[in-house]
Amino acid sequence: MKGTGDTMIDIVLTFRRDRLAVFGTAILCLLTLIALLAPYIAPYDPVELNLSQRLLSPNIEHLMGTDSVGRDILSRIIYGTRTSLMISVVVVIIEVVFGVLVGTAAGYLGRAADEILMRLVDILLAFPGIILTIVIVGLLGSSVMNLIIALTAVGWVGYARVVRGSILSIKKELFIESARAIGCSKLRIATHHILPNIISPVIVLATMNMGTIIISIAGLSFLGLGVQAPTPEWGIMLNEGKPFMESAPHLMIFPGLMIMVTVLAFNFLGDGLRDVLDIKTIIGS
Amino acid sequence: MAKFIALRLALTMVIMLGAAVLSFSLLTLAPGNPAEAILSAERADDPRLEEMEIFMEQHGLNNSMLVRMSQWFRMLGRGDLGTSLKTGEPVAAELWARFPATIELALVSMFLAVFIALPLGIVSAVKQNSILDHVVRFIALGGVSMPNFWLGLLLILFFGVFLGWFPTYGYGSTPHLILPALTLGTGMTAILMRLQRASMLEVLNENYIRTARAKGLNEWRVIGKHAFRNTLIPVVTIIGIQFAHLLSGVVIVEQVFAWPGIGHFLIDSINARDYPVIQGFVLIIAFFFVLTNLVVDVLYAFLDPRIRYEGNR
Amino acid sequence: MNLLEILNLDISFPGRAGRVQASYGANLEIKQGEVLCLVGESGCGKTILALSIMGLLPQNARINGKILFNGQNLFSLQKKEMRKIRGREIAMIFEQPASCLNPVLGVGEQIAEAIRIHENCSRKVSRKRAVDMMGLVGIPSPHRRYCQYPHEFSGGMAQRVMIAMALVFRPLLLIADEPTTALDVTIQAQILDLLESLITQFNTALLLITHDLCVAARMGNRVAVMYAGGIVEKGQLNDVFKAPGHPYTQALVKAASNEGLVSIPESTELSLLNSGCWFHLRCPLAQEICTQKMPKMQGGVCCHLC
Repeated sequence: MKGTGDTMIDIVLTFRRDRLAVFGTAILCLLTLIALLAPYIAPYDPVELNLSQRLLSPNIEHLMGTDSVGRDILSRIIYGTRTSLMISVVVVIIEVVFGVLVGTAAGYLGRAADEILMRLVDILLAFPGIILTIVIVGLLGSSVMNLIIALTAVGWVGYARVVRGSILSIKKELFIESARAIGCSKLRIATHHILPNIISPVIVLATMNMGTIIISIAGLSFLGLGVQAPTPEWGIMLNEGKPFMESAPHLMIFPGLMIMVTVLAFNFLGDGLRDVLDIKTIIGS
Repeated sequence: MAKFIALRLALTMVIMLGAAVLSFSLLTLAPGNPAEAILSAERADDPRLEEMEIFMEQHGLNNSMLVRMSQWFRMLGRGDLGTSLKTGEPVAAELWARFPATIELALVSMFLAVFIALPLGIVSAVKQNSILDHVVRFIALGGVSMPNFWLGLLLILFFGVFLGWFPTYGYGSTPHLILPALTLGTGMTAILMRLQRASMLEVLNENYIRTARAKGLNEWRVIGKHAFRNTLIPVVTIIGIQFAHLLSGVVIVEQVFAWPGIGHFLIDSINARDYPVIQGFVLIIAFFFVLTNLVVDVLYAFLDPRIRYEGNR
Repeated sequence: MNLLEILNLDISFPGRAGRVQASYGANLEIKQGEVLCLVGESGCGKTILALSIMGLLPQNARINGKILFNGQNLFSLQKKEMRKIRGREIAMIFEQPASCLNPVLGVGEQIAEAIRIHENCSRKVSRKRAVDMMGLVGIPSPHRRYCQYPHEFSGGMAQRVMIAMALVFRPLLLIADEPTTALDVTIQAQILDLLESLITQFNTALLLITHDLCVAARMGNRVAVMYAGGIVEKGQLNDVFKAPGHPYTQALVKAASNEGLVSIPESTELSLLNSGCWFHLRCPLAQEICTQKMPKMQGGVCCHLC
């Protein structure tokens, strides 16, 4: 049964064999460290203007060069890591909480509640996510808070569906029948039997979702919605680098590279988790 | 089969209704006074109170929610999406004028994606673990992880600026299409490649493939006739869904390449606080999205005979 | 002359802990028109043997030995030539017939396709032949059922379709791998009856693979008993079942008869057997020599002590 010590060891061992997944995890740990230690490791102030040092190519003093107003790109990238990771984590947590609640309600309560909630979900899903996000931020105004609201409003749906799907298939499984036959209370069934089996698809989804969210944040900031200057953020940096593409391409290469590396790491991790947890999940896929 | 389609159509209607309500309600999110926002955008000083009052009266912004919502539905019934606050032209006409550019881009991207991804995915699965397989999987993973606006910028830099092969922005002839289409299509190509490969690997392990071989069919017929059709079922679904997503990815790509489509228009309207346009845009996009999903569902039933009959039970 | 001769067939696969031997020096003969039953536990290599005759083993299989079909070594044939034989002169039907049919194609079309491939005739002609064959195997209203999809067929009906597909060319050899295992008991009898009547009618040899001794007893002329990739005993079915020579066969017969369930000690993983007789780890009569040397087939029994 999931949750016992033996299964955990099994999971970790299988995971370790997937080299890409381990690599991804390593990168993510590194990024998290960078984000946490940003004030200590960034060589310069990320928002301080220094007009005499504009548009320098990467050199010894500025490993990634400087941007159009003389700010050190490496420092901005480091702080940008912080921005992106923090916002994404907040978004994912809210999405998961909300999505699990709704999905559980739909799956467990069944019939009418399920129908209504799923129609609501369908209506939300009638709009392509990015567009809805752009519109919500566009209407509410550009700020980090509104960015978070927009992203969560659109993203919780995936979790609700996954959770509901898991619950519906678990409900039919025989071991629930036997648990009830032994006399387990509804609450105990929910916490001990149902919950462990919902967790793995949610975890996999959350990991893959992080990548999408980071790209969304960058995209929205690139468009001028969301995170506002002078906050360092990779998407904003891409937008700022665009006019100088010919003369100073490094302005846009580094931020884009960071986004790609981060998302790749999340995808490696997500792939690995999915492979591992699929074997262990009683539902399977 | 007909029953199946009828059911799905009915469901679609309900969803569209809800979508219309939702797109109307979106407007209520906008903080502040739209009159103030628009009027102050047009001139340097703050608009006077009377001016704002007149503006609100003119555009019916003083009425209650319910009245405005029923107005909205009545307009929809006539096919009227309102009038742009900025240009004064009907929203429907503005969107319609820019639609062809976007559709052109989306369709070309989709075709590029399908014709690159499906064959590569099939070959990758058939020659599993070969060098080609590893290359394909690598590209697929990269494509999914790369933000498409960054890819667009890189393509502009490399092909447009350094090599000078393609124009870097604007609209006109076929060369203008190439870079944007590649940018928009990459994400979809990557996803499709992965999916086609996975689907093919799964199907090739099925018992009926063994039967086909046992009958004496040659391998290409086994893959082409027996395996491929079975892989299509999930793949077509994803093509449909991805096409709908293309319609949204278009917003960013059109910005990068200054492509004069509805995506670009949306951003302009957001910056100009042109609410009727935003509202109309959201509804139209929802309509297309839902329509695409419906078509995909019907296609799905067509491809998998097992689904057709489930509707009749 | 024998229709099919398997000579010293070794088949191995790469496994997690070294190579796994699925067949050790197998020797088997089938005459024209006769029924040979291949019996053994699950996982003993029966299916692998069958697939090797058909040339359907996966790419990573390493094969040594010969399979002579009408005097021709099947392993020395080109892919094209093997394809001509497959489905036409040697045919195969499998377990779980419902999953053996392509779910998105009509059932009749799947039979007609085989006809068109081998005989290059028109759609109309192949359709007619397919319908006729469907009728021959006992599918009611074959014209109507031609266009139906596999999921509309029960297990027994699906197996009839498979039989139709396999026998439409009156092949010289039909291999049936556990054809009735997944079916209800009453349907099993029907399918076995059908098989019997058709192979008699067409003079087709039948290699019937099964783990069920009763099925074997009903159908077979001769029997070969397989264990862990090796053939431990073979001979006339009645003789072998009445007086089994090899300890394994003895245990099997005892277990299947009314003398009650006799348990055979825990089964072994194929890859753990390095030397000696395959059965020595479970054999009640095992001696020193059994752990060291592989026994040779003598008088139909492959054992040091018999």
